Amino acid sequence: MARAVTPRRKLLYTVAAWSVALLIFFPVLWTILTSFKTEASAVASPPELISADWTLDNYAEVWGRSDYPRFFLNSVIISVGSTLLGLLIAIPAAWSMAFVPGPKTKDLLMWMLSTKMMPAAAVLIPMYLIFQRTGLFDSRTGLVLALMLMNLPVIVWMLYTYFKEIPGEILEAARMDGASLRNEIIYVLTPMAIPGIASTMLLNIILAWNESFWTITLTTVNAAPLSAFIASFSAPQGLFYAKLSAASTMAIAPILILGWFSQKQLVRGLTFGAVK
Amino acid sequence: MGKIILKSVRKSFGPVDVIPSINLTIENGEFVVFVGPSGCGKSTLLRLIAGLEDTTSGVIEIDGADATDLPPAKRGLAMVFQSYALYPHMTVRKNIMFPLKMAGMEIGEATKRADAAAKVLNLTNYMERKPGQLSGGQRQRVAIGRAIVREPAAFLFDEPLSNLDAALRVNMRQEITELHQSLKTTMIYVTHDQVEAMTMADKIVVLNAGNIEQVGSPLDLYNHPANTFVAGFIGSPRMNLIDGPEATKLGATTIGIRPEHLDVVTEGGWQGVVGLSEHLGSDTFLKVETDLVGTVNVRAGGEVMLRHGDKVRLSPQAGKVHRFGPDGKAI
Repeated sequence: MARAVTPRRKLLYTVAAWSVALLIFFPVLWTILTSFKTEASAVASPPELISADWTLDNYAEVWGRSDYPRFFLNSVIISVGSTLLGLLIAIPAAWSMAFVPGPKTKDLLMWMLSTKMMPAAAVLIPMYLIFQRTGLFDSRTGLVLALMLMNLPVIVWMLYTYFKEIPGEILEAARMDGASLRNEIIYVLTPMAIPGIASTMLLNIILAWNESFWTITLTTVNAAPLSAFIASFSAPQGLFYAKLSAASTMAIAPILILGWFSQKQLVRGLTFGAVK
Repeated sequence: MGKIILKSVRKSFGPVDVIPSINLTIENGEFVVFVGPSGCGKSTLLRLIAGLEDTTSGVIEIDGADATDLPPAKRGLAMVFQSYALYPHMTVRKNIMFPLKMAGMEIGEATKRADAAAKVLNLTNYMERKPGQLSGGQRQRVAIGRAIVREPAAFLFDEPLSNLDAALRVNMRQEITELHQSLKTTMIYVTHDQVEAMTMADKIVVLNAGNIEQVGSPLDLYNHPANTFVAGFIGSPRMNLIDGPEATKLGATTIGIRPEHLDVVTEGGWQGVVGLSEHLGSDTFLKVETDLVGTVNVRAGGEVMLRHGDKVRLSPQAGKVHRFGPDGKAI
């Protein structure tokens, strides 16, 4: 039985939720605010808010000094590319795990997830060498592959939990209706799983967009995405907080907007399987 | 054509033998009902025929050809599931046309067939709706529509009416029977409801623990049950099975008397007291505690006005007593 929520308790919960949300969002908010301050104002102590000098110069300078559109394009290609390639591999994999599980399927799923627990730095040297020798270093193809491999366990897991909710009888009906395995996946499973596939896709685009370890390590110029764009502002000239913040804001803005518009889809995607 | 032969078909899940070994012939055009209690293996047997489960051993022949290892799509059978299993993202029309699309049929011909099926099943006005916008009975009709457009060798029904309410169930039961009469295609129908079995079947296969207990026409099974299991399962209310001296007197271990074959008499017979009396108008169901044979159920005429606590005498009708031996088989 659900307990009745008194107005006072409701207020308490609301305040608590907002506080936690603000705490989590604060660094992003501060970055955005700082990006509109002058350099002097940005490093002032105590921090200035009302009295700060507000300006748009940082954006003009960041835009003028670097090729933002190229970084942006690389980010789009790498995050969308790795996600689509991941889905192409993960949909059949999740199908077989959800509908024709073998005795070791659970172990396999756990093993896949365990690879996410390995520190990326542990494979840095081999990855770096492999990429250099195969010509994948500083190429979009290379990063698409790397990020796809990195996120594949998450994609498979999310799709697996979603597929598990689809009644097996519907797929059996498709088989009785003469559908081959391929047609069963294309015409029945995938359309039914579209909400799940969409939220998996969104989450993975965000993960890939924000990934910085591999994208910075495995690129120099050609394939460098927005994470490398931010890093480039913290390097030789010392730290210019306002400009760095402006670069960061420009890098996270597209994904923040995407996330904002698709939050309903994302929440549904992250909680499916949670409530039966 | 739709003749299906099962030869020593066995199915086990790990160490558990769900179906030890079954031999069965289903003639072309027959309406065969698999009936039995939950867990008796009837649905598994249907799924083996459909190809949704692999046989552990044995042979399944469809129209003379070995179909044991054929995938479901290649067996030429259509199935209607208990949950309807409609494609929720497709309209009724697309649901019905799906098997034809998979068969690569040209769209004009497919549309024509779907429309014809819709007309037969009264679905013409719902063709552009999604399954979620239909009632249970309409969904079941769509599932049947999807099955009939393919013109399969045989239809397989897996408890198709158990999700419907009682009134609708009677209607759909009649519709399926009429469909069989007009299509004259082999139908295999799985149910745990013996009333469905009795009313629909040409041939009933009674299953228990994966074994066939008896195969025969509904009246065969009613009049000549092969053993106590079939005797108790077929017929409603259940047959009274009586052990002890009264059975021994007739040279049997157990005797079976159907509730409708016990007469309320004024003299002789078994004496007892009415425990429960249900007046349905057309019939009166009595539960009577007797001295000699324990509690028995009686189906008397609607005019019988007996109440709780009344004393009665019961006598089995001549020639209507079934006798069973120590192994439970009919003598």
